[in-house]
Amino acid sequence: MKKSVFFGALTVAGLVAGAAAAGTVDDIKARGKLNCGVTTGLVGFAAPDANGEWNGFDVGVCRAVAAAVLGDPKAVEFVPTTGKTRFTALASGEIDMLARNTTWTFSRDVDLKFEFVGVNYYDGQGFMVPKELGVSSAKELDGATVCIQTGTTTELNLADFFRSNNISYEPVPIETNAEAQQQYLAGACDVYTTDASGLAATRATFENPGDHVLLPEIISKEPLGPLVRHGDNEWGDVVRWTLNALIAAEELGVTSANISEMSMGTDNPEINRMLGSEGNLGEQLGLSADWAKNAIMAGGNYGELFEKNIGESTPIGLARGLNAQWTNGGLIYSPPFR
Amino acid sequence: MSNQAFVRTEMLPEQHPPATTVGVIGWLRENLFSGWFNSILTVVSLAFVYYVLSGILPWIFQSAWNADSLNECREIFIATWGSTEGHACWGVVNERWLQLLYGFYPSDLYWRVNLTLVVTLIAMAPVLFSDQAPRQLWYVTAVYPFVMPWLLWGGSIWGPLMAAAGFGIGYLAYRVLVPVAGSLVAVIGAVVLPILWWFALAGTVAGAIQGIIPIGIESVESRQFGGFMLAVLLGIVAIGCSLPIGIVLALGRQSDLLIVKALCVGFIEFIRGVPLITLLFVASLLLNLFLPPGTNFDIILRVMIMMTLFAAAYMAEVIRGGLAALPKGQYEGADSLGLNYWQAQRLIIMPQALKISIPGIVSTFIGIFKDTTLVSIIGLFDVIGLSNAIRADTAWNGIYWELFAFIAFLFFIVCFSMSRYSMYLERKLHTGH
Repeated sequence: MKKSVFFGALTVAGLVAGAAAAGTVDDIKARGKLNCGVTTGLVGFAAPDANGEWNGFDVGVCRAVAAAVLGDPKAVEFVPTTGKTRFTALASGEIDMLARNTTWTFSRDVDLKFEFVGVNYYDGQGFMVPKELGVSSAKELDGATVCIQTGTTTELNLADFFRSNNISYEPVPIETNAEAQQQYLAGACDVYTTDASGLAATRATFENPGDHVLLPEIISKEPLGPLVRHGDNEWGDVVRWTLNALIAAEELGVTSANISEMSMGTDNPEINRMLGSEGNLGEQLGLSADWAKNAIMAGGNYGELFEKNIGESTPIGLARGLNAQWTNGGLIYSPPFR
Repeated sequence: MSNQAFVRTEMLPEQHPPATTVGVIGWLRENLFSGWFNSILTVVSLAFVYYVLSGILPWIFQSAWNADSLNECREIFIATWGSTEGHACWGVVNERWLQLLYGFYPSDLYWRVNLTLVVTLIAMAPVLFSDQAPRQLWYVTAVYPFVMPWLLWGGSIWGPLMAAAGFGIGYLAYRVLVPVAGSLVAVIGAVVLPILWWFALAGTVAGAIQGIIPIGIESVESRQFGGFMLAVLLGIVAIGCSLPIGIVLALGRQSDLLIVKALCVGFIEFIRGVPLITLLFVASLLLNLFLPPGTNFDIILRVMIMMTLFAAAYMAEVIRGGLAALPKGQYEGADSLGLNYWQAQRLIIMPQALKISIPGIVSTFIGIFKDTTLVSIIGLFDVIGLSNAIRADTAWNGIYWELFAFIAFLFFIVCFSMSRYSMYLERKLHTGH
C-alpha cells in the first residue's frame, strides 16, 4: 500500500516533469525570461561589469536567443555555473540553455544526454613560455615544469602529447586561471598550458606581454558551443538556428547597422527568407517573423560579436583564424536558410 | 649595659627606585630584555616586524586609487615611482566596492540592505547586552525573523505576517486544547496545526489578502544577492538558528529516551562526518534532480538550511562538552530542589554549561561565518565568487592581491568583533572571584 502510493507519486512527478519539459519555448514565453547558464567569469566570454550587466562572447549568444524568442535581448536571467555545476543545472531544468565555453565531446553529447546545437568558437590547447627560455616548439620542452589546471581535459591532452612525443615533464597542479597567472609569473613553472584563447587573454594582462610567446603547436581540438537538453527538439532548433542566423548574417553582409534597411526586402532571397520579409521560417520555428532580425540586432552578427568581445581591437586580441567564415578559409559555416 | 641592641628611632627617608626599574627603561628591561635569550628574541622579532611592514606599508599606501584598469594603474606607478613592483592598485576596489558589498542587489534599493543591518544590530542588542539594553528592544528581536526576509527579498507584506500568524495559531491551539484534552494533546496540536497552516494554507491566504489589500515593496530575486551581504546574511541565519538547535541536540544526545538519543547521535555524527562542501553540492545539485522540474526551491534558502544543520551539529558537540564539565552535584542539586527537567536545565544546568562553552561556541560561529565563502563553488556570487568575476573583466584581469586584501579586511572586522565580544562576555560571566 505504502509502496503503491510512493510509486504513484513518482509517476505523477514524472508526468509533471514530462509536461513541464514538453515546451521549453512556451515555458520561456510564459516566464518572460530566458534562463541562460554562463561561466562565473571568463575574460571575453562572460563577465559582469560594475553595474552587474553581463557582457561577453557567450553572453552575446544568450542575448541573441532571448531576442529571437522574446524580442528583448535584456530578457535573460544569467545563471552563473561552475565547471562542476553546469551539466546538472542544465539536466535539471534550472537553465534552458548553456553557453559556457563548453567543449563538444562524444560523452557529453551521448552519455550526458545533451545536444550541442553548433560551434561558436573553435579553440585548442596551446602553450605559453617566457621568451628568454628560447623555445620555439613544444617538442623542445623536455623536462619542463608545466602549470596545468586540474580536473580538465587539458590535463589529459598534455599527458597524451608528452607521451606520444616521448619527452618528460613535471606538472604543477593549479586550481584556477588567476592562480596560474601568479604561479607562472612567479616562475613556479616554465610553461603554462590551457586553451589558446585563455592563453591570449592571460598574456594580454601581463605587464610586458612581449616577453612571453605562444608556441605554434595546438595539441587538441576544443570546439566550444551552446547546448540544450535532449528531449525538446523544437527548442534545440530555435537555439541552433539563432546561432546559424548570426553566422549567416556575417556571410551575407547583414550587420546591426544595415539590418533595418535590409529587413525591408533585398534582392537576395536568402536574406529575405532569414529576415522574414519572404516565406514563413519564423512561423516554422514557432517564433515571430522577425526572430532573426531581433537576434542579429541584439549584439550584431557573428563577426561583430567576435570583434567586440575577443577580436583584435580588444585587449585579448584574438585573430579569427579557424573562426573565420568558410569563405575566408575558416570553419564557421551555416547551413542555408531555405 | 653590655647587651645593648641597636634600635632605629626614626624612619629612613623614602628613596626613589633605581632608574633602571621604572619608566620606559624599566618596562623595557622587564618585558623585552630580561635576559640574553629574551634580548635576542626581541631583536629578531623587531627585525622581522620591520621586514614585513617595510614590504606591506609601501604596498598599501604608495598606491593608485583613481584608475579604471590595471594598465592605467601601471602607467601611474611608472609615472610616480618609476616601477610597478610593490604598489597596490586600489582602483579595482574603488570601482567595485559597492558590488563587493551588495552583489547585484539593485542599487536604488541599497537602503533596504542598510536598514536590515541597522535592524539586525538593534535586534541583537538585547541578546548580546541583556543587562544594558532596554527591555522593549525584545519586541524588535521577536519580529526580526519576519522583518529581515521581507526587507531583503521584498514582495507582499502578507507573506511574513501569515508566517508569524502560524505561531499565534500554535499558541491559541495550546491554550484551547489544554483544558479540553490534556497537555500532551495540546502540545501535539500546538506543533501540528501551525505546520499545517504554513504548508497548506498560509500561501493561499496571503495571496488572497494581497489581492484585496495590496501592500508590498519591490521584490528582489535571490539570484541578485551577493557580495559580503550574502556572507553576513548566511552567517547571521546559520549562527542564529544553530545555537538553539545545537542546544536541543546536545540535550537529546544525553537523553534517556532511546529514540531521541539515537536520532540526535545519528544526526550529529552524520553531519560531522560529511564535509560542508558535500552538503552544499547536495543543496545545489542533487535536490535539483530529485525535485520535479519547475519546483522553485530558493537556492539561498537551501544553502541556509544546509549551513544551519552543519553548524548545529558542531554546536551540539561544543555544548555537550560544557554539559560534561559540570559536576554531577549540580544535577543532583537541581533534583533535590524539586525542579523538573526543563526548570533544571533553564535555571541551573544551561547557564553554567553555556558559560563554560563560550570560547568553543564563538569559535564555531567564526568558523561558520568564514565557511560562507564556500558558496562560491556552487556558483553563488559571494565576495570570493565576485572577485573571480571581476578578474574576468578585461580591465581588471590579472589583479589578485588587492581584492583578497579587501575581502580579508572585511572578514577581519566581523571576526575580530565576535572574538572581542566573547572575551567581554567571559569577563562579565566570570564568577570565580
